[in-house]
Amino acid sequence: MTVQPLVRARNVHKAFGQNEVLKGIDLDVAPGEVVVILGPSGSGKSTFLRCINHLEAIDQGSIEVDGEQIGFHLENGRLNRLPERKIAVQRRKIGMVFQQFNLYQHMTALQNVVEAPIGVHHQKPEEAYRAGRELLARVGLADKEQAYPRQLSGGQQQRVAIARALAIRPRLMLFDEPTSALDPELVGEVLATMRDLASQGLTMIVVTHEISFAREAADRVIFMDGGLVIEQGPPEEVLAAPRHPRTRSFLSRFV
Amino acid sequence: MSSQAPAADVLRLPEDALRDVRRAHAPFPIDRVALWSVTAAVMGGFAYICAVNPNFGWPVIAQYFFDPTVLKGLSVSLGLTAVAMVIGVALGLVVAVARMSNDKLASSLASLFIWFFRGAPLLVQLIFWYNLSTLFPKISIVIPFGPTLASWDTNALISPLTAAIIGLSLNEAALMAEIIRGGLLSVDKGQTETAQAFGMTRTRALGRIIIPQAMKAIVPPTGNQLISMIKATSLVSVIAMADLLYSVQSIYNRTFEVIPMLLVAVFWYLLITSILNVGQGAIERHYNRSDRGDAGAPARKTEA
Repeated sequence: MTVQPLVRARNVHKAFGQNEVLKGIDLDVAPGEVVVILGPSGSGKSTFLRCINHLEAIDQGSIEVDGEQIGFHLENGRLNRLPERKIAVQRRKIGMVFQQFNLYQHMTALQNVVEAPIGVHHQKPEEAYRAGRELLARVGLADKEQAYPRQLSGGQQQRVAIARALAIRPRLMLFDEPTSALDPELVGEVLATMRDLASQGLTMIVVTHEISFAREAADRVIFMDGGLVIEQGPPEEVLAAPRHPRTRSFLSRFV
Repeated sequence: MSSQAPAADVLRLPEDALRDVRRAHAPFPIDRVALWSVTAAVMGGFAYICAVNPNFGWPVIAQYFFDPTVLKGLSVSLGLTAVAMVIGVALGLVVAVARMSNDKLASSLASLFIWFFRGAPLLVQLIFWYNLSTLFPKISIVIPFGPTLASWDTNALISPLTAAIIGLSLNEAALMAEIIRGGLLSVDKGQTETAQAFGMTRTRALGRIIIPQAMKAIVPPTGNQLISMIKATSLVSVIAMADLLYSVQSIYNRTFEVIPMLLVAVFWYLLITSILNVGQGAIERHYNRSDRGDAGAPARKTEA
């Protein structure tokens, strides 16, 4: 036994009605590891990501983050469901970045960033604002702190969203197709920000279609299809010499 | 692109300068002027006819406009409106959230509440509350199969004022619940999900994220409700509450100047609603401030 994994998923199943989306996912993510999940649309990769912080409840199996099972508590062999407010507390160490950015539309960029640190993590306002300004500067938006989301481009909004997620000092960052809603010329600025984070030792799970990001920033690439992990390994192996035929056919479309 | 100088080989005619659209003159708006004049003449004429018509009783209107009875009635109407509206909005919010809850019991109770208090005529509801003692002569708090903790005579509890407040607030709460629910539904679901992902409790997400964004959809119909409510308070005259309408009625029952006294009430209602319209505009501008497209414009100060 080496390091304890930060994320530990075992036999995860999830169905929406009759549609079985996840059919038994096993995954360990080590602290500091950057895992990129690739796969065709409908392969279940976004659903799996949303199960990790319990935005979707899984039907079978278990997921632990940092030694805690999100949504449940195991005590003397008895597994109890947790009430909503306790799940809220468990989620506070996980940052998330969404495909549609989901910035709070009625707040400025800076207010978006400091909302959770002040309101949920009870940081001192002056400290949160100082840290928030630093984070906005780090994603290259120091001059936009007073702008409302509708006044920003998609790429700028997504960088604010990344700063907002970093502001809670997460143990784990989840990226749900962070560049899929962006115009092609804006994808680069967001990926650059994410590469920067990856190089600083943040644990990240990234669902994306950006093969180049996987190649440059990932420690490990997971390929999902039909609700299962069908291949995984270092990017230079999985991307350069895929063994599974479905990985090969998926990757051939991106060359 | 547009700032580039035209290439040297583009053919320029002397006429081009004359055709520059910046030199263009607007045609004289003869049709607009005509319509404005006709409208002004008709309206002015009608105003003149009303002004010189002795049946309107303008001197009577002037005499009674600030009559203490009228002002007292006005304050009753405004007070009732304020109290019923505050209770209605607060209770309406609770009912709206209950109606949208996943909890079957809460959502059923909320639906039942809305069904009854929105569906039954307000006038009937007021009369019911006022005559509650015919249905329940005594109101008691008892422990089932145990002692009675407290007991009141219904007639002592229900005065015209309490009946009016209960009747108006419950009806308003049912109407506001649907308005608020519509507002909450208008907010993108991603906002709730994001608040959830960031570890906010439901209450906090509602208060900090959802309701502020729902306000844009809630304020305009609420302004409508407020204006309806001011006029709806005139219904309480049937349970002997001396509101604005009741007080002008009490005067014309004595003086027989029915039309002038009703006009006194009408002018007061119009005056109040005009003031409210201005207030509503200001509130709407406040909640629309994040919609402006002018990036970098000095927004309001963020820090306390």
